[in-house]
Amino acid sequence: MRDFWNRYKRNRSAVFGLVVIFLVILMAATADLLYAFDPFRLAGKPLSSPGTNGFLLGSDSLGRDVAAGIVHGAKTSLLIGLVATLVAVFIGILFGALAGYYGGQIDNILMRVTEVFQTIPSFIFAILLVAILKPSIYSVVIAISVVSWPGVARLVRGEFLSLKNREFVQACHTLGMSDLRIMLREILPNCLSPIIVIGSLMIATAILIESGLSFLGLGDPNIMSWGFQIGAGRTMLRSAWWVCTFPGVAILITVLAINLVGEGLNDALNPRLRERN
Amino acid sequence: MTRSSKIFKFVLKRLLQGIPIILAIVIINFFLLNLADGDAVDVLAGEAGSATPEYMAELRAKFGLDQPLPVQLMVYLKNVVMLDLGYSFRHDMPVSELIVDRFWPTALLMVSTIILAVGFGILLGLLAAMRLNTWKDAVITVFALITYATPLFWVGLMMIVVFSLNLGWFPTSGMENVAAFYEGWDRVKDIAVHLVLPTITLSLFYLALYTRMMRASMLEQYGQDYVITARAKGLTERRITFVHVLRNALLPVVTMAGVQVGALIGGSVIVESVFAWPGLGMLAFESLFARDLNLLLGIFLLSSALVIVVNLIVDIIYSLLDPRIEVS
Repeated sequence: MRDFWNRYKRNRSAVFGLVVIFLVILMAATADLLYAFDPFRLAGKPLSSPGTNGFLLGSDSLGRDVAAGIVHGAKTSLLIGLVATLVAVFIGILFGALAGYYGGQIDNILMRVTEVFQTIPSFIFAILLVAILKPSIYSVVIAISVVSWPGVARLVRGEFLSLKNREFVQACHTLGMSDLRIMLREILPNCLSPIIVIGSLMIATAILIESGLSFLGLGDPNIMSWGFQIGAGRTMLRSAWWVCTFPGVAILITVLAINLVGEGLNDALNPRLRERN
Repeated sequence: MTRSSKIFKFVLKRLLQGIPIILAIVIINFFLLNLADGDAVDVLAGEAGSATPEYMAELRAKFGLDQPLPVQLMVYLKNVVMLDLGYSFRHDMPVSELIVDRFWPTALLMVSTIILAVGFGILLGLLAAMRLNTWKDAVITVFALITYATPLFWVGLMMIVVFSLNLGWFPTSGMENVAAFYEGWDRVKDIAVHLVLPTITLSLFYLALYTRMMRASMLEQYGQDYVITARAKGLTERRITFVHVLRNALLPVVTMAGVQVGALIGGSVIVESVFAWPGLGMLAFESLFARDLNLLLGIFLLSSALVIVVNLIVDIIYSLLDPRIEVS
């Protein structure tokens, strides 16, 4: 663990990313203290510019506080990003592990399915899923995970393929371990590092997809999110640039920080892959 | 066998490989349609205002909606094969006609984006690799990181704020100034001016990515043995770069461009709805609000097919660039 941190620390921008993410999480966790009211509430004079009428970052056309929206929206983005990624990683591991471990016909069928999901343009598919399931926080999570898992499946399959004939796995077979136990307790722990790396990068992508969906009006109508704020402010672009600008900056900073951390994890967990980029 | 007939066979084989994927997507489409609340008859009845249950049952029988699911699936498959994608009640037009109408603006946007991103990406990557320079390198890396983290719709809106509202260089939305009734070259110019911001918005990220890839790929190729051979033969650096290295360095960039067509189509939905560009993405955005599922599914199907076709084209370009890659 110490060793890991020492390697991680060497990448300055990754440490910076970690600090930023920590601040965003802190902001999300204290949202109800910082702005102890519903971010949809009319908080004052509409279209106040930043710094006036008691609005740090201005207000939108309905008098909603942009800063409050950003703080509360952080919860939504982080939560959806994290949960959708966990679900996608779970599906990906399931497909990848079965395909890689059993090979043959099972591999063939599972990889064909993966291929279909990789061919489908993912953002349009996500739109379609949310539109059909009705916009809610659940349908957004489902849509994002359905379009994100194929990458994990391919990665896990590759790892399982290369590990399943190693000596330690053969030893497990000789000991009479069940397939399930070998997969979960022996092979999977050995391919955790690439899964963690790809997972961390997927959180960033998931946040971007979520913001895109809610920008198009497909977010949960009862939950404040950054994409929704930008979508609601776009008609006011001429008179109130701040409504769209600041939530976008929030997305940019958060996603950038997560990507930096992902790269840092990659360097720290897979030292041999460092040369790849 | 001659090379051209080999390529022909290869294309045919790849087309056949695409069929199961399209079939699977059509089936997914069908199930999504069934998953949705209400069917076409509910929509029709809703449009008409009032309908008796008997009349609705009659309509269902007429459309075959009372049949068991497998039968309905076969009918749906048959319709798709005949390019009949259903009817858009909102637009009062067959979906396929609507889609064809709106296809060209999207194609224009996509092609100009690909040309800008791939063309400039290759050029900038080439420059960066030829004049190894740390600060330029750092700029490209930072640019790539930032564009990778920026939501597309936000870039578009910021472009509008800066270049349309403040500087007044480009129009904020639409594809042409319809009220001006331009003809001939004036119209082309008008469309081109409208095209600038959407194209830049959509291509920024890819531009950064291809520049980075092209640079890495050029540097990798410079280290290969054949470059040493070429130098030993006494070829000029210029010839080595442009005839030998460039051609090999292009391969990964072309592959990547093919892989990303799907993402590009998704991006065009966002960009088109930001700039009110009247293409398929905008149509998808409109159909969301109108809850016009037939239309949305049709667009989805077409864009999936487009991805398959583009991947095929990329494979062909690939085999032309690198004769070593077996086409058969």
